[in-house]
Amino acid sequence: MDYDIAVIGGGLVGSSIAYGLSKKGHGVALLDEGDRAFRASRGNFGLIWVQGKGWDFPAYAKWTDEAAGLWPAFDAELQESTGVDLGYTRPGGMEFCFDERGWNDLNDCMARVRTNSDGAFEYEMLEHAELRKRIPEVSSAVIGASYSPRDGHVNPLYLLRALHQRLDAGRVDYLPNRHVDSIECLHGGFELRTNDERLAAGRVVLCAGIDNVRLGKLLGLNIPVRPNRGQLLITERVQHFLNYPTLQVRQTREGSLQIGDSQEDAGRDDGTTTEVMNRLASRAVSIFPMLKTVHVVRAWAALRVMTPDGKPVYQQSSHCQGAFGIACHSGVTLAAIHAGPVADWVAGGNPHPLIARFHPDRFDV
Amino acid sequence: MFRTLTTVRRNLIRFTLDGQFHQAPAGISVAAALLTAVRFSRRSVVSGRGRGPYCMMGTCFDCLVCIDGEPNQQACMVTLREGMNIETQTGIRDLDTGTTADMD
Ligand SMILES: Cc1cc2nc3c(=O)[nH]c(=O)nc-3n(C[C@H](O)[C@H](O)[C@H](O)COP(=O)(O)OP(=O)(O)OC[C@H]3O[C@@H](n4cnc5c(N)ncnc54)[C@H](O)[C@@H]3O)c2cc1C
Ligand code: FES
Repeated sequence: MDYDIAVIGGGLVGSSIAYGLSKKGHGVALLDEGDRAFRASRGNFGLIWVQGKGWDFPAYAKWTDEAAGLWPAFDAELQESTGVDLGYTRPGGMEFCFDERGWNDLNDCMARVRTNSDGAFEYEMLEHAELRKRIPEVSSAVIGASYSPRDGHVNPLYLLRALHQRLDAGRVDYLPNRHVDSIECLHGGFELRTNDERLAAGRVVLCAGIDNVRLGKLLGLNIPVRPNRGQLLITERVQHFLNYPTLQVRQTREGSLQIGDSQEDAGRDDGTTTEVMNRLASRAVSIFPMLKTVHVVRAWAALRVMTPDGKPVYQQSSHCQGAFGIACHSGVTLAAIHAGPVADWVAGGNPHPLIARFHPDRFDV
Repeated sequence: MFRTLTTVRRNLIRFTLDGQFHQAPAGISVAAALLTAVRFSRRSVVSGRGRGPYCMMGTCFDCLVCIDGEPNQQACMVTLREGMNIETQTGIRDLDTGTTADMD
């Protein structure tokens, strides 16, 4: 056997899991297709987001809250061992609302998350006057916001870099530019065929984002993800004013503003469109009018790895012992829990009690 | 510092950099003009280190200066014009936040 465990996909999900596995001393291969693949991990918004998650799914509310709770120690550990400052902070996050209906929906959603998390989720609904005490620059177009101290943000590229730096130093062979074409389930292990070689591993963990659909079928795993496009704008660096990450705009430690939160079904097209960019920019200006003169310096789109209900999928194959499929939309938020309990589970440990709730058999009706 | 080739020293135009008069050949970019005048044209707002034009093609953002009052201009993307007032930037670009509350 070449490796104890092969992890397919070196995005945030695969890298977090490989990192957790390497800490426990497993011999791991992390295979990644490369720059031409769709890679949500390189184009996301960087929020560690709890509010709203699991309003209709109690296990997800608890899972997300636990994951966000693991982040401070995860951040400290990565920073200490790599010297990379991830720019992680947890000042609490906000979602703005613009009309009464939006306010009522948010209010309702927050209350449900609180119930679903057995009261662990903390939040406040801030009316305009209260909101302006915390963010004086907000315009009167914003009637209020939900605020949760559980939320935070991070530079997702530094996160990926720190994880990879640790992988290089540990017992993980990172194998870039490897497209896994096929996987065969053999007695007591797996044979993977890439564009470059064949390799054998005792276990295999699929973290290939959208390609999990195809790879899963080879191993009796049903991972029904589809791409959902998000476009983002990045501005020039400006004076710090926004002390809270929000769902619509966040300011990085270096001063850039990241503007986002579009959702489109665009198939496998990860291009930007002027229409959506225009909408994102207009909304940012309606929230913060002084952004009118600020320049956008970059824009991109990336494809979310979306399951039918937006919740993660964690699945162990019943046909092929030792094969796992993992897909989620919130790979930043869940990074610490993937490096911890999820890595332990794929290595053969007892599953965290909530993992079974994310089996894709929930989609069968 | 870069020197201008003698063959193009005709047709010089004047601009100011932080209030000082300089001359450079007409038709070149602001970044090229800066290279003849100073070593660093800004400080990194992250590390505080000196920075100057680097890629000369609009990708590195190391050439940011304030041109005629407008901050964070990419000097390599702007053609030098007679009488331009260029200022080096010492800190992060500020925002006109004071007036926001009344703008809406
Ligand atoms: C616009 C946008 C904003 C987002 N904002 C947030 C946010 O604020 N907070 C948050 O928590 N999440 C956010 N997300 C989601 C987050 O980015 C994803 O959940 C996460 O990146 C998924 O990681 P992944 O490793 O599963 O997928 P990917 O990053 O897509 O990685 C999959 C990897 O698999 C490799 N691969 C694919 N096929 C193969 C193959 N056959 N063989 C070998 N390798 C293969 C690819 O090279 C790729 O690197 C956002 C996503 C988008 C698109
Ligand atoms: S010199 Fe690189 S952007 Fe101007």
